Amino acid sequence: MARSDVQLMLDVKAGDEQSFTLLLHRYRSPLINFLYRMVRNREQAEDLAQEVFLRVYRAREDYVPSAKFTTWLFRIATNLALNSVRDNRYQRMEISLDAPVTVGAEDGDEKTLDVAEQHPNIEQHLVEETRRKMIRHAIEKLPEKQRAAVLLHKYQELDYGEISKILGCSESALKSLLFRAYETLRVELAPLVAQHGK
Amino acid sequence: MENKIMAFVDGRLKEGERLEMEKHLATCATCQLRVNEFRSVHALLDELPMIEPSAAFDLRVHARVAAEPVKQSWWAWFAPSPRVAFAASMLLLATVWIGSRKPENTLSAGDIEKINQNISALENYDVKLDFAPLSELPPPVLADEAIDTNQNQQM
Repeated sequence: MARSDVQLMLDVKAGDEQSFTLLLHRYRSPLINFLYRMVRNREQAEDLAQEVFLRVYRAREDYVPSAKFTTWLFRIATNLALNSVRDNRYQRMEISLDAPVTVGAEDGDEKTLDVAEQHPNIEQHLVEETRRKMIRHAIEKLPEKQRAAVLLHKYQELDYGEISKILGCSESALKSLLFRAYETLRVELAPLVAQHGK
Repeated sequence: MENKIMAFVDGRLKEGERLEMEKHLATCATCQLRVNEFRSVHALLDELPMIEPSAAFDLRVHARVAAEPVKQSWWAWFAPSPRVAFAASMLLLATVWIGSRKPENTLSAGDIEKINQNISALENYDVKLDFAPLSELPPPVLADEAIDTNQNQQM
C-alpha cells in the first residue's frame, strides 16, 4: 500500500532519503506543469521546481503535519512563482519596446519542423495549435493571483479550502477571484466558447 | 450568486444548494448562459498539453540536496562518536580489570610476624656493628687527615 504524503514526509524527517525520492517522483510533474503555466518558461519552471523540492528538504526537520502536504508544497511553489513573475515583469520593462517579436516563438510552444510528416492533416494541426495558443495567452493575461487560483483549481484539482490557504485568502474571496478569472477567460476565449457551445 | 455559480460548475455545492441553484437556473436565462460558458471555458482548459520533466531533472534535484550542508543539532555535540565511545569503554574495562586483580606479593600473617621479630634485632646497635657487609667498607677518613691531603694537592 502506497504511503501517504504526510507519512513520506515524516519518514524524510526521520532521515529516510528514499522517501524524499518518492515524493519527488509523485509531485515533479504536477509542480513543473503548474510552474510552467505560471512563468511561461520551461527552464525557469524546472529551476523553480528544484527550488521547491530543495526547500521541502531543508524544512524536513521542522515539518509538522498540521496541513495537507499538497497545501504546503503548492504554497511554496506559488510564492516562488509569484515572485518570479514579478521579477520577470520588471526585467521585461527594461527591454526595448522596439525589440522584434517572433510570432509563435514563445518558449514552450512545441514546434516541429516536419509538421506535415507527423500530421497528415496539417490544417487540422494548425487549427489545434491556434486554439492552444489562444488558451495559453488567455491564461497568461490573467493577473498573477487569478492565474494561480485557476491553475490550482483546474489542473491540480485542489479544493477551495486548500487553495485559499495557499493563496492566503478566505474561501469567499477565492470564489470571487475564480469567478472574475473565469469571466476574463470567457471574454478572451469568446470565439472558442461560442464554438464549444454549439 | 457569483460565488455559487463556480461551485455549481465544479459540482461542489451541497445537495440543498444545488437544488436551489437548479431551480434558479430554470428561470434565469442570464445565469444559465453563464453556467454554460463557464463549462465551456473549463473544457477548453483541458486542451492544453502537459509537459514532461526533463531527463536531468531528478539528477539536478538530488545534486542540490547532496550539496546541502549537514545540519548538526546542538545536542549532537554531546553525543560521543563511536570511536570515542569504544575507546572510553576499553579504558573503563581496563580500569576495572586492574582494580580487581589480587596483588601477587602480599605478605602472609607469618611473614609479618617474622618481620616484627626482626625489627628489634635491626634496631640493636651492636648487631649493626657486627653486621658482616658493613665490615667490608673502607675505614672512615679522619678530619685532620683530610685537611693535610687538600693542602698537599694545592702545593
